[in-house]
Amino acid sequence: MPSGPTPVIDLSQVTKIYGHGEGEVRALRGIDLRINAGEFVAVMGPSGSGKSTCMNILGCLDTPSGGSYKFLGVPVGNMSPDQRALLRRNHLGFVFQGFNLLSRTTALENVELPLVYRHVPKEQRRALARKALQEVGLAGRESHVPSQLSGGQQQRVAIARAIVTQPQVLFADEPTGNLDTATSIEIMKLLTSLNEQRGITIAMVTHEPDIAAWTRRIVRFRDGHIESDQVNEPVREL
Amino acid sequence: MFGNAIILALREIRRNVLRSTLTILGIVIGVGAVITMVTIGEGATAQVQADIQKLGSNLLQVFRGQGFGGGGGARQSAPPFSMDDVEAIKNEISGVRTVAPTIGTGAQAIYGNSNWSTQVQGTDDQYISVRDWPLASGRNFSESELRAGAAVCILGATVQRELFGGEDPLGANIRLGKLSCQVIGTLSSKGQSGFGQDQDDLVVVPLRTMQRRMVGNADVNSIMVSARDGVSTEKVQADIESLMRERRKIRPGADPDFNVRDLKEISSAMTQTTRVLTSLLAAVAAVSLLVGGVGIMNIMLVSVTERTREIGTRLAVGAMARDVLLQFLIEAVTLAAFGGIIGIALGLTAGALATHAFNVPFVLNPGIVMLSFAFSAAVGIIFGYFPARRAAQLDPIEALRHE
Ligand SMILES: Nc1ncnc2c1ncn2[C@@H]1O[C@H](COP(=O)(O)OP(=O)(O)OP(=O)(O)O)[C@@H](O)[C@H]1O
Ligand SMILES: [Mg+2]
Repeated sequence: MPSGPTPVIDLSQVTKIYGHGEGEVRALRGIDLRINAGEFVAVMGPSGSGKSTCMNILGCLDTPSGGSYKFLGVPVGNMSPDQRALLRRNHLGFVFQGFNLLSRTTALENVELPLVYRHVPKEQRRALARKALQEVGLAGRESHVPSQLSGGQQQRVAIARAIVTQPQVLFADEPTGNLDTATSIEIMKLLTSLNEQRGITIAMVTHEPDIAAWTRRIVRFRDGHIESDQVNEPVREL
Repeated sequence: MFGNAIILALREIRRNVLRSTLTILGIVIGVGAVITMVTIGEGATAQVQADIQKLGSNLLQVFRGQGFGGGGGARQSAPPFSMDDVEAIKNEISGVRTVAPTIGTGAQAIYGNSNWSTQVQGTDDQYISVRDWPLASGRNFSESELRAGAAVCILGATVQRELFGGEDPLGANIRLGKLSCQVIGTLSSKGQSGFGQDQDDLVVVPLRTMQRRMVGNADVNSIMVSARDGVSTEKVQADIESLMRERRKIRPGADPDFNVRDLKEISSAMTQTTRVLTSLLAAVAAVSLLVGGVGIMNIMLVSVTERTREIGTRLAVGAMARDVLLQFLIEAVTLAAFGGIIGIALGLTAGALATHAFNVPFVLNPGIVMLSFAFSAAVGIIFGYFPARRAAQLDPIEALRHE
């Protein structure tokens, strides 16, 4: 790897082992990965290859069993839980594979949540959350609670929640997994514009080559290893 | 940060109406039950204590026979007292304030068309003083009436009500069995005694009137003695005992054929009984408190999974552990305060109604109010807060995966 500006993300020999003894699962077996500012990366690979595990570690939601993770050159392993919380609060956005919305809570309040912890004043918070919902095509659904929304709509609420803070880095675990082709394209356009216009670094997991084709780099996982890491010429939707 | 936490906590309370309601209910039940029960118990105790006051201060009573009240046979066979005994007690024992001889008998009191079965007490003018029982109207027996055994009487409040209603009884003539007598006074109301008797259900007549015209002998059945203030009733009791042994010629060591009772003794037995009752009520209340507590615990523990995931989500979007904890603490405190206030209001209302229904005074015990509230609030806070604290210390992804 050539040395250049400090990468946003720098994983070296990261491992993750779940459980111990007989039932031990080695989900990550030594991952080396650097992502620079402004990159748009797709993470692909078969089910169970460790994609989500890796994203959770990147999103500072989980701690690796071994190896080191530096965020903007700072080792995350040395940070206190509060410092990691501040990192998530101020720099990261995360879209979960399983959405993780608060139940019995309206779409608008769910999207507002990260802003609450950023101490954004109420009026501004409302406005930003409305705009984010509009961007993911959910205008008019602000007062619906998750159980009143389809899987795809919930997924879009989760995306809106991740982008409402304009994070420096956005991690998305299968953000289009529950969406139809037309909506998927809308979301990819949105992510592309966030990446190109606002310079947000994006790493997203996907199964679909059509979706991965929108990005500029494709990393493939297999059995907890990185199998390939290729540059991609992103498609430009007509 | 504090303002945020309050907003989030209130949102969460509104969002989980059922859980919040059940938590509040648990606290309401616990606090309400304890306050109600203790209020009733304390009211009963206060009532008994007031009754003891009503008996008259420092009151001793000398009975014929063995034992108190019981042993009818022995009582009948034991020789009666005489007026000489009364004089002896009055003159020979220091510490005695007043002495009143008494004879009691049942009789039918009749006035016009009204008819009332009551207790007639033959005594002297010292009776109301011994019993510390002021007249409501009219006057006490005069010296000459006592000497002559005049046909006059003083009515207890109940008899007055039953025979005369609202009419003024003074000067009227009533019949007590065969005796016709004039009402010269009325007693103020003493209410029920600690033994549940209506103390106002009596008519007082001069001793001699009773002896000559109602029972037909010169006996004195019992002697009421009141000790001077500041004098130990035990000492007066012992003095009367030795005096009477001597007068009745009872050999040392032999059982006396009379006994001297300190009415306070009996009353304190009553107080003891009430205390037991109060403890019993308190135990029932404690069980309610516990049940309420277990209810709160239950509802909190059942929702732990959901709450743990909620905490995971909050941590994932940038909350620090302390943000989450502050929110949960405010939530728990709000619910506890809410439940506590409703419980206290409810408990006091129920206590007031119950004490009113049982006709005992309403006594507020702030200590118990605080204690029951503190207990319920502690349960709410501990079981709302501590699982949250554990969850908030997890990695967000672990909290989110909680099952
Ligand atoms: N909490 C866990 N405990 C034990 N094993 C786990 C846990 N989470 C994941 N694993 C295991 O780790 C491996 C990698 O899981 P991961 O979720 O990262 O896969 P993935 O690539 O995201 O798959 P998918 O495409 O199906 O989402 C799997 O074998 C999985 O069974
Ligand atoms: Mg996955």
